[in-house]
Amino acid sequence: MTIHSITVTVNGKKEYLTVPSNMTLLVMLRDQLGLTGTKNGCTAGECGACTVLIDDEPVNSCMMLALEADGHEVTTVEGLGCDDGQLSPLQQAFAVHNAVQCGFCTPGMLISAYALLQRNPHPTEDEIREALVGNLCRCTGYLRIVNAVQDAAEKGKA
Amino acid sequence: MTPPVLEPVGKSVQRVDMYDKLTGTAQFADDLQFGPGLYYGRLVRSPCAHALVKHIDSTKALRLRGVKAVVTGQELPAQIGLYLKDRPVFARDRVRYVGDPVAGVIAVSEEIAEDAAQLVEVQYEELPAVFDPLEAAQPDAPLLHPDLGKYEVASFIFPQPGSNISEHFKLRKGDTESAWSRCAAIVEGTFRLPQIQHVPLETHIAVAKWESSGQVTLWTSTQSPFAERDLIAQSLGIPHGNLRVVAPYVGGGFGGKAGVSMEVYAVVMARAVKGHPVKLRMTREEEFVGTTTRQSLVARTKIGCDAEANLLAMETQYYFGGGAYNDYGVNIARAAGYSCTGPYDIPNVKGDSYCVYTNLPIGSAMRGFGMPEIHWGIEQIMDQLAEKVGMDPAEFRRRNCVRTGDTILTGMEMPQIDLVACIDKVTEAAKWHNREKPAAPHKKRGKGIAIMWKAPAMPPNPGSSAVLRFNEDATVQVEIGAQELGQGAFTVAAQIAAHALGVPYEWVRVSAPIDTKFSPYEWQTVASRITWSMGNAIKVAADDAKRQILNMVADHWGEDAANLDIKNGRVISYRSERELPLKNMVVYGLPNEDFEGWKGGPVVGQGKFMPTYVTNLDPETGQGTRAVVHYTVGAQAVELEVDTDTGQVEILTVASAYDVGKAINPDLVMSQIEGGAVHGASSTFEALRFDDQGQPLNSDLADYRIMTAVDAPREIHGDFVETPLEDGPWGARGVGEHVMVPTAPAIANAIHDALGIRFNDLPLSAEKIFLALRGKEQKEE
Repeated sequence: MTIHSITVTVNGKKEYLTVPSNMTLLVMLRDQLGLTGTKNGCTAGECGACTVLIDDEPVNSCMMLALEADGHEVTTVEGLGCDDGQLSPLQQAFAVHNAVQCGFCTPGMLISAYALLQRNPHPTEDEIREALVGNLCRCTGYLRIVNAVQDAAEKGKA
Repeated sequence: MTPPVLEPVGKSVQRVDMYDKLTGTAQFADDLQFGPGLYYGRLVRSPCAHALVKHIDSTKALRLRGVKAVVTGQELPAQIGLYLKDRPVFARDRVRYVGDPVAGVIAVSEEIAEDAAQLVEVQYEELPAVFDPLEAAQPDAPLLHPDLGKYEVASFIFPQPGSNISEHFKLRKGDTESAWSRCAAIVEGTFRLPQIQHVPLETHIAVAKWESSGQVTLWTSTQSPFAERDLIAQSLGIPHGNLRVVAPYVGGGFGGKAGVSMEVYAVVMARAVKGHPVKLRMTREEEFVGTTTRQSLVARTKIGCDAEANLLAMETQYYFGGGAYNDYGVNIARAAGYSCTGPYDIPNVKGDSYCVYTNLPIGSAMRGFGMPEIHWGIEQIMDQLAEKVGMDPAEFRRRNCVRTGDTILTGMEMPQIDLVACIDKVTEAAKWHNREKPAAPHKKRGKGIAIMWKAPAMPPNPGSSAVLRFNEDATVQVEIGAQELGQGAFTVAAQIAAHALGVPYEWVRVSAPIDTKFSPYEWQTVASRITWSMGNAIKVAADDAKRQILNMVADHWGEDAANLDIKNGRVISYRSERELPLKNMVVYGLPNEDFEGWKGGPVVGQGKFMPTYVTNLDPETGQGTRAVVHYTVGAQAVELEVDTDTGQVEILTVASAYDVGKAINPDLVMSQIEGGAVHGASSTFEALRFDDQGQPLNSDLADYRIMTAVDAPREIHGDFVETPLEDGPWGARGVGEHVMVPTAPAIANAIHDALGIRFNDLPLSAEKIFLALRGKEQKEE
């Protein structure tokens, strides 16, 4: 197995890592950096629980190799909040709308919603639902999540 | 700063776990760190649906570098199960479904364990298999469990040795034979539901460590830390005190993480490599077909009413396809038996409910526990009867539904409920009598209604306990054994503790994760019983702590404790109007007036709750004084459109109302109602599929679709009724499972309303609807 040295900016912090060529970005984040907020739900790119941002694009980190992230910026759920521990406006909207139950899909859901609001600050309900189609949730029925994203958009902040 | 929340019961306070779940800091089992000594396990699973295991050879697997051990059933004669100990920990002489574990491989990495699992050589001799519960119940069907008569079984479960029937519940009330002749309308039908899966976003996972001292720790995603401890300890002969189960947040349970499923394998594998933690995580494929599923059902049901629409008689046979092992599923058949009429007052009932072994994945608890399955047929028949006697289906249900004080089918008196109020609420929210035009000419629109009941299905005496401890600053630790699955158990626990103690909600911390070494006993977080049962225990514990505090202060002030109370974290006297903050006093006590000595000390409140009034039922008639603790009831109406070009169904609105007794946290109740409606709607279109050899065909999320944000209904009107339950905390009863029970039949009734076509079998695929539409057109031509 070849080992690669890579440089990845994770949540604004530059990380110098050595990763085997078959290691996924998900495993790198969880096992090498201890960022366990990103969840493993299927290892097949079908559930969205492992969604992270690569630069500004949401990706399933279970479907991407760690070494493909070399030179890129990665944002995980741990990077969404403010430095002082306050929740971001999007996270606050999730709290206000009680858009969380078991919480396993929440990190990926937040990342997909954040990415949407970055590229489209005023999405319609259809656009929100379309943006979250790759993030499965078995608990909430999605209603409160959609309302939370809409609310965050209306307040103009993600 | 937001002001503190006082008297939080009945208020929609924010979840205690909200911040942690929004920031990625909430820990699930896979997030725990075990260091470099961690090993990984994989299971070797049967490729045959039914076969004898002739020989297992682990030599090649053990030769692979990095492999630490292989364990099989040969060295392990252990059986496990909650109600019926029919499951060997690893299959020994026989495998009974494709996926039945025969061995476990332990290695230094998951990849090596996976490779080694392929190298374990197992010789099978195939046996005839049976997949349909009706066929499996026949006397000449291939027998899955020749030793059924030897298994340990709960006193209220009745297996039939020599057959595949693991439970037969009989309900006999009145005289159906003579009642049929008095019926003006009779409808009968056969209804089939496939096996489906819970699909929690977090797959099953367990990490176990077996110390050379004999101390065993199991970290796992479970609804049942104490039942895990009890069943695994019994099965493997571990003293209960030596087995510690640590249970972090559960990433979705829905019944699939109730009792014991795969966790025992991790423990057995850890025993082979003492001192090393072993992690066993189910792949998504294993989650679908290698953990547990909802049982299939074939229901043959006949119901009749008189010309005035009064229900007179019902006969029904329920055949639950329980899969290869029915250690938990037998109680689903029992629950379906004693609730076999659905929420109706029917004077003459003959019900037979069977759990039947089939060579398919294990059927077990899933949200609703038999009720979504039986209501699927019942609620469609009720619509057909209403049509036959010319009555509106909602009105038909108002007339016939159970009411408080009714003597229900088991002879039990119905505890407090108001189902009519639920029906009224949903018909109003759904604008029941308004008919809107479909959105396009090729679409047809319809409305449907269904009602439901469900009792917590459990042994007669499941207990809860709680401990409240104070910190120096008068913040409170509430210690419970109930689990947080997303439903909000921890939040409700904090609300009840704060309210009963008289402290602000923000002062309460739930001592988590649940850990059998430190947490007080809780039977299981199942059956929608936690708000009620745990809530009662916490209330008793709070009253105990409060009494200690008030007695101390009464003594200190020279007053009668009866005149004192705790409000906003301060002891107050209604008589002298004196006040004293709880801070410090609840740990250090209070000095005597002259500082000559002290009184009080660390306050610890304890409480328990266990129903003591549930009775056995007669095995021949199902009759008894008190079959269950109580029922939660509710109603749901659905409006939908069917695309006649494609057969696709779009659910436009769902209106639901349940009688929750008291909404401890209204927003959490609504969250259950909304999530359950979508879960129920999704289940209408779901099915695990198998080929004719029992090989699974769709065990991944691409082929087994659950509703996405795009498919889910956009309008959900949730509501609740509050008819207090005699022995609930503030009158509360559970509502977690009920919310998906009426959804599928409400959808079927709405589809019939739209198309005039009845579908007796699930799933309702677009293809099936399309073909039925074409068939109908051809007939009409």
